[in-house]
Amino acid sequence: MRHIISVLMENEPGALSRVVGLFSQRNFNIESLTVAPTDDSTLSRMTVMTTGDERVIEQITKQLNKLIDVVKVVDLSEGDHIERELMMIKFKANGQMRAEIKRTADIFRGQIIDITPNTYTVQLVGSSDKLDAFIASLGNASIMEVVRSGVSGIARGEKVLTI
Amino acid sequence: MELLSGAEMVVRALRDEGVKYIYGYPGGALLHVYDALFQQDEVEHILVRHEQAATHMADAYARATNKPGVALVTSGPGATNAITGIATAYMDSIPMVVITGQVMSFLIGEDAFQETDMLGISRPIVKHNFSVTRAEDIPSIIKKAFYIAQTGRPGPVVIDIPKDMTTPTERFPYEYPKSVKLRSYNPVTKGHSGQIRKAVDMLLAAKRPMIYTGGGIIMGDASAELTEFAHLLKYPVTNTIMGLGGFPGTDPQYVGWLGMHGSYESNMAMHHSDLILAIGARFDDRVTNAVDKFCPTARIIHVDIDPASISKTVQADVPIVGPAKAVLEEMIQLVKESKKRPDQDALDAWWKQIDEWRGRHGGRYRTDDSEMMKPQQVIEMLSKVTNGNAYVCSDVGQHQMFAAQYYKFNKPNRWINSGGLGTMGFGLPAAMGIKLNFPESDVVCVTGEGSIQMNIQELSTCKQYDIPVVIVCLNNQSLGMVRQWQDMNYESRHSQSYMNSLPDFIKLVESYGHVGMKVTKYSELEGAMREAFAMKDRLVFMDIYVDPFEHVYPMQVPRGSMRDMWLSKTERT
Repeated sequence: MRHIISVLMENEPGALSRVVGLFSQRNFNIESLTVAPTDDSTLSRMTVMTTGDERVIEQITKQLNKLIDVVKVVDLSEGDHIERELMMIKFKANGQMRAEIKRTADIFRGQIIDITPNTYTVQLVGSSDKLDAFIASLGNASIMEVVRSGVSGIARGEKVLTI
Repeated sequence: MELLSGAEMVVRALRDEGVKYIYGYPGGALLHVYDALFQQDEVEHILVRHEQAATHMADAYARATNKPGVALVTSGPGATNAITGIATAYMDSIPMVVITGQVMSFLIGEDAFQETDMLGISRPIVKHNFSVTRAEDIPSIIKKAFYIAQTGRPGPVVIDIPKDMTTPTERFPYEYPKSVKLRSYNPVTKGHSGQIRKAVDMLLAAKRPMIYTGGGIIMGDASAELTEFAHLLKYPVTNTIMGLGGFPGTDPQYVGWLGMHGSYESNMAMHHSDLILAIGARFDDRVTNAVDKFCPTARIIHVDIDPASISKTVQADVPIVGPAKAVLEEMIQLVKESKKRPDQDALDAWWKQIDEWRGRHGGRYRTDDSEMMKPQQVIEMLSKVTNGNAYVCSDVGQHQMFAAQYYKFNKPNRWINSGGLGTMGFGLPAAMGIKLNFPESDVVCVTGEGSIQMNIQELSTCKQYDIPVVIVCLNNQSLGMVRQWQDMNYESRHSQSYMNSLPDFIKLVESYGHVGMKVTKYSELEGAMREAFAMKDRLVFMDIYVDPFEHVYPMQVPRGSMRDMWLSKTERT
């Protein structure tokens, strides 16, 4: 099962390597990982998208909690949550493909953020599924480059992850 | 406030932490610190011959006292040599603070002389590590390191100090923090009362209960509570090899330790149990054998200070996160208050069954007609000669299993071995670390001719500081445990398990100024051993020739259940 785990940790050198090291050391999966400081500059927030059965996910959250730099851990997938991922995708855009890419980007509520005579770069925000669907629906277009941010997530409603 | 350099702060902070001995080896990155050590006499430094030994000495001190041991090693090769010792402590949850020198901070990342990324290398085998980036942080970092090392589930902590953080001319106001608080680290101090109540109800209703404990009883200082609790209920007690001595080895309720080379009766009892109370043990693969066949009829209560140890390999029915001591105290209280009592008929029947298992041959050794001594006889003699009171520091291999099986430990913190990592070379430095701190006690290193050669250079350290340990070397002229597996699983193809170029150990130890004794006959053993322990101020190396063909039994059958065991070369359960 796919899980989105949010981690609040000390914004200190080496903290990220502890988390990444833990995943490889204990044979846990990382599908994607994002990390950046929060409004509190002493804290970083990391989102790890991982897969595993219940036992594995329990171990992941427990082992993360054991790291001294980790302040809090939440498995967002346990409750209602919103997840978003940002994608920038560069297409070769000539002839009629120019219109089709534009049309499809509009349908997916993407934006064209860079244009050259031969290329379009589209920015798209959404769930990972939506980004996958966008790529799939432009299967006949020539993709030059894809960059995805990895998943970030936040709980719905009043629930918050702070200290 | 007093002004101190970074180097002086390191030494002063150790003093203020109550550290008497540190074990280490100097080098370029640590010269300022060693100069500061030279100019005081409160913290005494023991110079080892290899950094691995420094970490094992610190580790063994911690195992004997439950207080963190301290090692000091230089950057680069000094730090990497310490890695095995740090990993050894980590696997057994031993509190330790290892201070490593580092190249000047502005050289880090430039592949400077004797530079190695110690934070990166040590990360998977420490509870935490620190790098000093401002000299004035040294006191607070050392305070945090000691706090983290010895609270919660203990473990080693590394502090990496670049040389320019210790410059003698740069001085800072020194004050050692009285307390420490970390917002991201709050170890539990008691268990969940509702869960404990539920556990006690289950325990009182059990018909075939087992109490299975581990190193958590020793490091958690809960041996008295465990003993009281077990006596209150009259339930059988087994433990892991890390938990030896947590419950008296001569107590009638003790059924021996469990697992791969555990006693027949403890493995049988575990397999047939209907309720297992696990405390401070982690269901390691050397205990459970095949997890899917583990104790099929038992429900499991698992008490551990580390939530990640619970349901990691074996699913717990009642998880309790908390320190062994506090949880046991609460359990004792609840049992005393409860009107319920264990089902006496069921318990009698259970004990009858266990005693029947005990009465069987059960994998215990047999002497034959040959003159060859059995290694087990040597350990039984050791137990007799030292009245079960010695600190027994073991290396790794067959001798370790024999020592654990045949030495009767009645006290906690007396059995000192590398259980998790299985580090050959651990025994001698461990014995040294303990003898230094407990000069009046009998301290013995039980080893083999293989293991002892992994840190034999420390005979020189023993000479320098007069550390009179007794070394009992069960010499079978082969890497016995490797050979046993080759006998059992590889049709006796003894690939690289011979030691057919052994030194003359007697001459070797004599060259260091120690005493050597060679024993080849059982009839000479007791006299020689008594003589060795009577020489209070000399290191004695007993080179004891034992049957090279002996195997350790019982031995669980690979991928079987707890009850599937080899009991001798020809008998199986």
